[in-house]
Amino acid sequence: MLVNQFLVLGAVLFSIGVYGVLARRNGVLVLMSIELILNAVNINLVALGALQGASGAVTGQVFALFVITIAAAEVGVGLAIVLLIYRNRASVDLDEVDLMKG
Amino acid sequence: MAAQNLVFAVLAVVAVLAALRVVTTRNVVHAALYLVAVLGSVGALYVLLAAEFLAAVQVLIYIGAIVVLFLFGIMLTRPTLGRESGLDNDQRWLAGITGLFLFGVLSYVLVEAFGDERLPRLEGLDREALTAERGTGAVGDAIFSTYLVPFEVVSVLLLAALVGAIVLARRE
Repeated sequence: MLVNQFLVLGAVLFSIGVYGVLARRNGVLVLMSIELILNAVNINLVALGALQGASGAVTGQVFALFVITIAAAEVGVGLAIVLLIYRNRASVDLDEVDLMKG
Repeated sequence: MAAQNLVFAVLAVVAVLAALRVVTTRNVVHAALYLVAVLGSVGALYVLLAAEFLAAVQVLIYIGAIVVLFLFGIMLTRPTLGRESGLDNDQRWLAGITGLFLFGVLSYVLVEAFGDERLPRLEGLDREALTAERGTGAVGDAIFSTYLVPFEVVSVLLLAALVGAIVLARRE
């Protein structure tokens, strides 16, 4: 298998995730798009690790595990914030959250 | 080799189509379920890359925990479930152009950098030796020796995120 198969698939998923982050206004959907981006990064880490031989393969997997852990923490805190926004404003529309806009 | 490429093609098509539906569907619950398809395909890609522990973690953490968290988040922030308008803002075209541009740049750079470099073939090698040097045991050894300090830091980070999420989400 070409390493570029995996890297280009990662690039596709990353671009789709960036589109989702920019185009969605629902807070939960923005968090889902961020998950797409993190998955694209994980594919790249594992594929590039597999390119480097045995020790590289293990390193890539460990890095991907750390990314998964931090993604879990990010989703927990992010959904708590979205829940708080919903409780205060009765909507999760991110275009309305402009309190800190100059 | 051909079988691997066939499996890769199927998984890649499923992942990309489901990812497109995640960012375009009008139903929030459907977006979460399409996300399951994306995450499952990526998990199967990890198996294809001989990272079976990561595939198991992907299913356990992402599909088992994070998607369930998303579904709870959707249920708690939606008065009605079903199709709805107004999930996208008015910069959709701009976002589409940005995404396409980003993909163009990234794929150009990747093709320039890696060309037709191939992943090392594992078929003919000794299975026991492969498992010993890059299987689940090797990953565990690496986490608890080389990467012990980052591992502990990540556990503290998870604790902090847990406490933070509870403090944010609880009622006064």
